[in-house]
Amino acid sequence: MLSASDQDAKYIASGLASKAMLATMRKQRLQDFIFHKVTFSFALSVLLVLVGIIISLIIGAWPALREFGPAFITTVEWDPVNDKYGALIAIVGTLSTSLIALLIAFPVSFGIALFLTEICPAWLKRPLGTAVELLAGVPSIIYGMWGLFVLAPLLADYVQPFLKNTLGQLPVIGQLFSGPMMGIGILTAGLILAVMIIPFIASVMRDVFEVVPAVLKESAYGLGCTKWEVVRKIVLPYTKNGVVGGLMLGLGRAFGETMAVTFVIGNAHKLSWSLFSAGNSIASTLANEFAEAESTLHVSSLFALGLILFVITFVVLSAAKIMLLSMSRNEGTK
Amino acid sequence: MMHPDLNRTATVVDPVVNPAVNPVYRRRLWIHRIGIGLSFLAMSVGLFFLMWILFTLLLKGFGALSLDMFTQSTPAPGSDGGGLINAITGSLMLVGLATLISTPIGILAGVYLAEYGEKNWFAQVTRFVTDIMLSAPSIVIGLFVYAVYVANVKHFSGWAGTFAISLIAVPVVVRTTDNMLKLVPHSLLEAAFALGAPRWKVGIMVRLRAVKAGVITGVLLAIARISGETAPLLFTALNNQFYSANMNAPLANLPVVIYQFAMSPYDNWRSLAWGGALLVTFGVLGLNILSRTLFSQKIPK
Repeated sequence: MLSASDQDAKYIASGLASKAMLATMRKQRLQDFIFHKVTFSFALSVLLVLVGIIISLIIGAWPALREFGPAFITTVEWDPVNDKYGALIAIVGTLSTSLIALLIAFPVSFGIALFLTEICPAWLKRPLGTAVELLAGVPSIIYGMWGLFVLAPLLADYVQPFLKNTLGQLPVIGQLFSGPMMGIGILTAGLILAVMIIPFIASVMRDVFEVVPAVLKESAYGLGCTKWEVVRKIVLPYTKNGVVGGLMLGLGRAFGETMAVTFVIGNAHKLSWSLFSAGNSIASTLANEFAEAESTLHVSSLFALGLILFVITFVVLSAAKIMLLSMSRNEGTK
Repeated sequence: MMHPDLNRTATVVDPVVNPAVNPVYRRRLWIHRIGIGLSFLAMSVGLFFLMWILFTLLLKGFGALSLDMFTQSTPAPGSDGGGLINAITGSLMLVGLATLISTPIGILAGVYLAEYGEKNWFAQVTRFVTDIMLSAPSIVIGLFVYAVYVANVKHFSGWAGTFAISLIAVPVVVRTTDNMLKLVPHSLLEAAFALGAPRWKVGIMVRLRAVKAGVITGVLLAIARISGETAPLLFTALNNQFYSANMNAPLANLPVVIYQFAMSPYDNWRSLAWGGALLVTFGVLGLNILSRTLFSQKIPK
């Protein structure tokens, strides 16, 4: 292997390169090397942050996990006075509000995505699409304020009595709609979360509906299908993975929502079957109690809650990404 | 003479050929109409909620907008009047610094992903992680910054708040930059390479420059996102009742002030909360609209 200067001499002697050109090339190689390393380190830092979050959460949660063990997840009591903590109330609150949000948001987002891709005239698509995305841009705390001061009184005065008198009279599910009707509680939190995640699910569904090859839809129209039949029998089966991915993305978002839920969930450390009752979610517990938590066990239990939240959000969002990736792999086909 | 009836052809309408009377078709048509009608309804519901929220903000927040709001600091509990100037200044400082930190990191990371990340497994993993961080709960980011920084220096500060919201802004910028850079056609890059440009010049001066507007959109969207974030600031920057420009101490900021004042029993506090909410929302929406109109990216040819 010739040394660099010997190789340079060979190039110069054969007339392929001049000394100046070789100097420039060497400089550019160095610049490219630095470029690669610098940009690589910035990309690596994003990955390191994720790892750092997981590690710091585990370290912070360790005292509580060691004290309570796996029973932490199933214990109901949350007693700062006696230093006894269990995550079940918060976990149930998070899961139930997010589930209600998903159940309400799924049909509405589907309708919006369907409207924007199939029915909407071309000149209206951009403004309406932007309007739906503006809904996603409204900060979470604004949703909380609107929910507490505008929506909750409406729910307490009209919707909750109505639900209690109709669905509340049925034998099994009546339990979900019983109890005092204060307007704030799990149902209200679920409703606000639904409005918050609708734009996310709608935009993912819309992107996914637009990937369907036109030739498939045109064949169906050619056979005489109505528009609804084309959507139900051609578009939906083709985009199944994408739709499920969008739903899980919305669910992952709903898990982590803090401010909107904190305003309207009522902040009560109680578990009850009724949807009208106040409760707590992981995020709202953290928001309410972290700044003032005193004993190390309290702080550590809050870290443990944060760890649980991060893990379930991570799992759901990863599943969503995987489903959406499998959808975009078909994007290149015509 | 022919019987008069024989001159007429059959006038019974045949359902097989005429869809208007075919019962199967009529049922399909009705299902279609109901489905499309429900879709219209869903769109209206979405728009209705948007209008309702904006209208509520305007109604309740407009009364609080006054010169006082922009000149006085947040009032003490029980005292009258007051304004939001310390919160506005604090928020501007936090968001401004966070943007300064997160923009270069985000853009350079995005450049790496687009330039070297086509088949590279590290780049795929980073993209995956970035997308997850985009939707990660922001309160957990606040917990992380608390554990790593605040617990060690033993006091809340504006720097901790800046750190926390930069962590939220970086994935937005990375994702947008990466997507935009991938749109640049290869013929443009090959022309630059053919002229003898080194890789870094092609990456920055040709590729990045071609999608300038799209990258700026990404930065504006990140700013819009972090302006409204409350949760990460709750245990990092905390809040400050007085006007202060000291980044190394608790710093007043609009979202946390809104949070504290909204659920309080004082009328002037609640009215200030609505005024602050109006400011934040219309600022965020303005940035969103600006990024979609003024800086909309024409796909480079």
